[in-house]
Amino acid sequence: MTLLATQGLSKHYAGLQAVESVDFALQEGEIRALIGPNGAGKSTFVGMLCGRIPSSAGQVTFDGRDITAMPAHQRISLGMAYTFQITSVFARLDVHENVALAARRLPDSSPQRVRRRVMEALEQVGLQDRTDTLAGDLSYGHQRLLEIAMGLVQSPRLFILDEPTQGLAESEIESFKNLIKRLSSHTTILLIEHNMDVVMQTAQRITVLNFGQILAEGSPSEIRANDAVQSAYLGSG
Amino acid sequence: MTPGGHSFLSSAPFRSVLLHGSIVLLLALLFGVLPEYHSGNLARIMVLAVYAMGYNVLFGYTGLLSLGHALFFAAGMYGLGLTMYWLDASPAPGMLAGLISALVVSAIIGSLALRTTGVAFMIVTLMFAQAGFLTILLLGEYTRGDEGFVLQQADRVLFGFDLTQPAVRYASALMLFSLCLALVAVLVQSRFGKTLVAIRENEERARMLGYDVLRHKWLAVIVSGTLSGASGAAYALLFGYAGATFATVQYSIFPLLWVLLGGAGTTIGPLIGTVFMFYLIDISSQFTSAYLLIAGIILILLTLFAPQGLAGVIRKRLIPWLP
Repeated sequence: MTLLATQGLSKHYAGLQAVESVDFALQEGEIRALIGPNGAGKSTFVGMLCGRIPSSAGQVTFDGRDITAMPAHQRISLGMAYTFQITSVFARLDVHENVALAARRLPDSSPQRVRRRVMEALEQVGLQDRTDTLAGDLSYGHQRLLEIAMGLVQSPRLFILDEPTQGLAESEIESFKNLIKRLSSHTTILLIEHNMDVVMQTAQRITVLNFGQILAEGSPSEIRANDAVQSAYLGSG
Repeated sequence: MTPGGHSFLSSAPFRSVLLHGSIVLLLALLFGVLPEYHSGNLARIMVLAVYAMGYNVLFGYTGLLSLGHALFFAAGMYGLGLTMYWLDASPAPGMLAGLISALVVSAIIGSLALRTTGVAFMIVTLMFAQAGFLTILLLGEYTRGDEGFVLQQADRVLFGFDLTQPAVRYASALMLFSLCLALVAVLVQSRFGKTLVAIRENEERARMLGYDVLRHKWLAVIVSGTLSGASGAAYALLFGYAGATFATVQYSIFPLLWVLLGGAGTTIGPLIGTVFMFYLIDISSQFTSAYLLIAGIILILLTLFAPQGLAGVIRKRLIPWLP
């Protein structure tokens, strides 16, 4: 079943076409990676999926529903979670409260239940011993993990992660890969990622964006063998 | 607060009740101790501290700086004043009219001003408040403009109590203050209050967690404006006068100063700031006619050395759990 789809989705910034008429479909339960050179329009594209950036043209559907005109917070309520490319946590609030803010919005959020969900999410990313630390005092890598926990705790149907492994240590990247694989049993994942190792090992399908358009789409091995992708990344000389 | 494993005695609700209860108790005891001049001041301060607490909900907890709160204070003041003066209403329905007036005005102004953010929000709120002030002058036939009007002593009797009596006035001011303090203390521990803090800290993140940021801000303006209006109405009722001075820019700046001085985003900061500023002016004016100069210098020093306000310093150095 298609969970999320776009038709002709475009974004123009004063004449510059950041994203140009993208048709995209994501199946429920899939792990999809979105890759492409810098400036290819990846973040703009996912920004339009979750409503953070208004689209110039085209349509977005989620779970069969047209959500193009829906504001971001309502899209999140439908079951999307989003982590920012540039880490965005509540720096002056403690780790527990950061995740609790994400958990409280869910239905049936009694204080006990929120606390339990928060601890579960923190355990999944390995931050369960840091509940009282201010988020701003965490290392950069831990802040990224915290943001992932804020997504996890919402048990989203679609989890959009914008460069989640940027700034993580090798060991943290290893556990991130495992986390993504574990999650895929009950969550659809859309991952913007530069680390090809992570992409090749986690994604079932890969979409390549270049100059705001889909250049290629396929399984990791198909993408690896694709000439157009090679030249987009390495330059055509 | 820390999840699980802690005793009730260190839980946030218990600490909150203990802290705010002690303050109310202290204020009650002070009436018996203080000479009449100071207890009279304190009654006035408690009413104005309600104004500061209302301002603090928006500025300290939601992170929205308004320069037009005098409009909400005046909405409460004239809501009560005009119904008592022209319709011969008694204080209870007068108070209700003041609250409704402030609620309606803040709901309308909020829905308009929140289309802007940052500096634009400051300017738009300032402009609305100026428009409100000019409206009061324009309707001078009813409001008596700058000159204002006096509420007669005979009319200021609430449930058989003469509000012009110092003890009754003090008790009424304390009751209003305690009620509003309790309200704010509950609010900031509630889910709604925690969401406001999230919006203050990182609006974009709060939105992308699925919170309707605009709606929360609008409700914060209404709570803030209605508390400010309660203060304005009580001020007119307890001190017997309503005038256009209370709708001027100066009265929009006052709560900002009180809250900054006392500690934005703390429940007790507004009271501390109001007491401090009131006595700063009171004492310095005994020595010189240039008392605003002294007040100004001390304000500058405080913002330089304690930018988080007095309660903010207490929170940082002594009591980290201060709500």
